[in-house]
Amino acid sequence: MRASPIRWLSAEVLQIAAETPRVKTIRLAVPGWRKHLPGQHVDVRLTAEDGYQAQRSYSIASPPEEDGIALTVERLEDGEVSTFLTGELRAGDQIELRGPLGGYFTWTVERGGPLALVAGGSGVVPLMAMVRHRAAQASRIPMHLLCSWRSADDVIYRDELALLAARGDGLDVTHTLTRGAPAGWRGYTRRIDREMLLEILTGPDARPIAYVCGPTPMVESTATLLVSLGHAPERIWTERFGPTGGGS
Amino acid sequence: MMGEDVFRLDGNGAAGVLQEIFAVEMTTASCTCEGCGRVSPVGALHLYGGAMGSVLRCPSCEALVLCITSGPRGHFIELRGIMRV
Amino acid sequence: MITRGFKSTRLRGDPSRVPPGQYVTNDFPVLSAGPTPRTPLDAWSFGLRDVHEKELATWRWKDLLALPSSTVTVDIHCVTKWSKLDTQWKGVTIDALLEAAGLAPPTPYLTAFCDGGYTTNLALEDLLDGRGLVAYEYDAAPIEPEHGGPARLLVPHLYFWKSSKWVRGLAFMEDNEPGFWETHGYHLRGDPWKEERYAGD
Repeated sequence: MRASPIRWLSAEVLQIAAETPRVKTIRLAVPGWRKHLPGQHVDVRLTAEDGYQAQRSYSIASPPEEDGIALTVERLEDGEVSTFLTGELRAGDQIELRGPLGGYFTWTVERGGPLALVAGGSGVVPLMAMVRHRAAQASRIPMHLLCSWRSADDVIYRDELALLAARGDGLDVTHTLTRGAPAGWRGYTRRIDREMLLEILTGPDARPIAYVCGPTPMVESTATLLVSLGHAPERIWTERFGPTGGGS
Repeated sequence: MMGEDVFRLDGNGAAGVLQEIFAVEMTTASCTCEGCGRVSPVGALHLYGGAMGSVLRCPSCEALVLCITSGPRGHFIELRGIMRV
Repeated sequence: MITRGFKSTRLRGDPSRVPPGQYVTNDFPVLSAGPTPRTPLDAWSFGLRDVHEKELATWRWKDLLALPSSTVTVDIHCVTKWSKLDTQWKGVTIDALLEAAGLAPPTPYLTAFCDGGYTTNLALEDLLDGRGLVAYEYDAAPIEPEHGGPARLLVPHLYFWKSSKWVRGLAFMEDNEPGFWETHGYHLRGDPWKEERYAGD
């Protein structure tokens, strides 16, 4: 068993880009970074001048094939860390983080498939690292990604996912909107339910590996539904983001 | 199930403090619950406690499996049942 | 390492009202050591027990509501550094419970025991003279389950982990034996004005 002590690292912000009005992707250079696995996260720690500290976890959006890391952060109402990261933070700043963390919720092409990925809102972030890793490896392992969002304005990575799915290499992406859809929307318009999972995901006979991430209620109900559909519980991996679905 | 607990997290949320203390990746460690015998990876345990500490419970019966708090005089760690790392 | 441009969105507040190291919040953070219990009111009871766990007095839900109640407006302080000012609660004081039971307290210490198995230790003097309540309303409405409803202990002059949620009774103890968080390194008493957060503070 190899020892891997972790320590706080100083990361430099290279670039901040908006994904949606409330969501930004922060690209960082992290000297001393130990290559991560898709699905892992970092703890970010902020320290104010008076010594006040706040710490939150953020999933790594980028695959290990890229240099540095990217974090996609949703600004939560009253979220003191997310408000800072998506507001005040700018390129050139240094922030403290530690990682990569979490070996449980990870996937690499070596694990095989087929894959059933289900995301609620910002729960798509660690799954996106898996999607990007699969693409970087030119893998053809079948992967079905189902993402649930409140509205069309909330959808992140939409164009990139559409482009990757259009390659026809075995990646399928489906979105569902739970609070109303724009004119011309042809996707689902309801919460994830049994029928939707049956229609979208590979059935249990193919023994897919499932990864479910998002707000706690969504993760728990989806995992329960997958088991009720016959998926083996030990092939379902979950990561709960709490009530609001992200680090506040 | 004791009803919807929207605030609960899971063992993934304790990955940082666990690796800080044990110096190895811990979310894949497997725990046998002292209460009901269920075997779960740490990543699948239910996590409570927020900023007070990490209270990890069996996802089947909610019995305490692991509790970690961190203060100025060190970490307090309680482990029940058997954990394989 | 100081993070450029970062400060808490919460304010330090007036030091005569806000204990050292605390920040004032307008929201009401939820924190617990386990899942939210859902005891139906017709199964609920509150008991006073002696050192041998023998029940000295028991109140069912309607009994509790029939006791003389107090409405208080207090500041509450969580050891995780948030404070919430002017919170309103309604409940029954420990004094009123003891009087209704006709009990002289047999020991100087008690354990509050709760649904879900949570416990916290308290000195009797921290509960008497109106300092402790069994609260069943917050902000003029029944306490929500995630905030400890149907009833929680309220001991606002100590850190809020002492105001145990889902309280089901108090058991007298000879010694001040640590409860759940106290066993895990938190202070035995928890006075926010002395910043008694951790054992040894």
